[in-house]
Amino acid sequence: MKSQSLYQKACWLANDIQVLFIRSLKHIYKNYDQLLGLTIQPIMFMLLFRYVLGGAILVEEGTYINFLMAGILVQGVAFGSLTTSYSIAMDLQRGIIDRLKTLPIASWAVMMGHVAGDLVRNTLQAVIIIIMGLLVGFHPQANLTEWLIITLLVFLFTLAVSWMAAIMGLAAKTLESVSWIGFLVMFPLTFASAAFVPTKTMPAVLRTFAENQPVTHIVEAIRALTMGKSSDHHLWFALVWCVAIIIISIPVAAYLFRRHGGK
Amino acid sequence: MREYAIEIENLKKSFKQLAVLKGVNLTVKPGEVLTLLGPNGAGKTTIIRILSTLLKPDSGKVVVNGYNLKTQSQEIRQSIGLTGQYTAVDEYLTGFENLEMMGRLYHLSRSEIKQRVPKLLEQFDLIEAAHRPVKTYSGGMRRKLDLAAGLIASPPIVFLDEPTSSLDPRSRLAVWETIKKLVSKGITVFLTTQHLEEADTLADRVAVINGGRIIADDTPERLKNLVGKERLELVFKTSEDFARALIIIKGSELYHDQKANSVSLAVERGVIDIQEILNRMEKAGIQVETLTLRKPTLDDVFMHFTGRKAEEGED
Repeated sequence: MKSQSLYQKACWLANDIQVLFIRSLKHIYKNYDQLLGLTIQPIMFMLLFRYVLGGAILVEEGTYINFLMAGILVQGVAFGSLTTSYSIAMDLQRGIIDRLKTLPIASWAVMMGHVAGDLVRNTLQAVIIIIMGLLVGFHPQANLTEWLIITLLVFLFTLAVSWMAAIMGLAAKTLESVSWIGFLVMFPLTFASAAFVPTKTMPAVLRTFAENQPVTHIVEAIRALTMGKSSDHHLWFALVWCVAIIIISIPVAAYLFRRHGGK
Repeated sequence: MREYAIEIENLKKSFKQLAVLKGVNLTVKPGEVLTLLGPNGAGKTTIIRILSTLLKPDSGKVVVNGYNLKTQSQEIRQSIGLTGQYTAVDEYLTGFENLEMMGRLYHLSRSEIKQRVPKLLEQFDLIEAAHRPVKTYSGGMRRKLDLAAGLIASPPIVFLDEPTSSLDPRSRLAVWETIKKLVSKGITVFLTTQHLEEADTLADRVAVINGGRIIADDTPERLKNLVGKERLELVFKTSEDFARALIIIKGSELYHDQKANSVSLAVERGVIDIQEILNRMEKAGIQVETLTLRKPTLDDVFMHFTGRKAEEGED
């Protein structure tokens, strides 16, 4: 067989990613569990913090719901991306990855399909969260540019956690282990952060972790933007974290993917 | 046309310390149906995974459709279809969508997909279920869809890894029918199974694998003749009776199991042989507890070639 031209290869790659992306999209509306997880979990968290715990939490300025929104958004994205872990682990277990690997396609197109699906899922989820927030008293002060930056941040953060999630899915031995690995990674990242409470009252060690980990920077950046304030250094830290995670995760995920079954 | 569709020479593969393939030699001619017969852990799946580019061998030469595995795995992927041990179809998509997706991933043109998908659905008797999500399918239907997915690109070589495992007898027959149709189209089929009957029904040639080596390679007829057509198994009440019967019973392919007080042998003449043996037992006053007549199984093939039961191990 003659070696294909670069142009032909690029066309096929685009085709493969598109096909697998459409597959992920179909999962969003054909898999009711996914649909429910997407909407109910963040809404429950929002109601929990807004009405059950929120009254007892003191924030420095503004109302608690305005403080909370950025946290709920970022937590929704973080946990939402675990869908990628779960889908990849499921594909592995069902032998779908094996079959896809025997096709004449680029191996990482498979993961791109899942990650791209996450982008759509998380965008949908973010819209639902914001609408829900507006219903329970959220008053954003952001102008159009600030909204655009928020959207960009949510996209970048989704890409970062989705690639991390892909690694978790590939590393997990069983479907059951996916849920606890995901929980083990996402729980400290979202709760030991400034997502739901100010970090001031945390013990020193925890506070150091909380104030310097990526989720806090992203939450603080989005929070400042929704409140129409300068997000100063948080925005830059958030961008650097996200890009760094993406740059490191993609080759790791690709390596694990190729390795799978090829031990 | 090239002489061989698949060529395997001195293929070796170990997982950590465990040698799974210890030098496999095997060739398959174009259009031939080769069945690789062996127990769990004999190395069947490992061979399929190597041939379908999923696994790198430690050493040895592998040529598939004229392409060398070492340097041309991408070309091999263009010429094969794999149906693995698991039904690798998407639960949430419909049968139609699954085939369409596979067609696009094989880079078929839209018109080719439009033409082939309905044809395959019809061929595999899935027209009615075509637009239902696969999660509503029965095990047999999933298997059929899985087979169809491996055929969408009309590959010249198809690998089927235990295509009828975990199927009920009716679905098994249906899958056999579809495999037979493939064969009539001149596709080279490489399939694995644990059942002699399956090998017998489908294969032109049967290769028996045990402990990582091919121990026999012949037509199903010749293998079966070697193993004997039917086997008679006698179980005795007491170990004394068992010991005495062992002296009296003469026959070919005679095996005994001391723990179970049982003796089994090949019978050539069916009922006549049984009568003769029972008469002799009666004369000697030996009590036979149970008597069964059964068709040869994989175990018998192994008994024949190795003199012991099939080795079970990790797959």
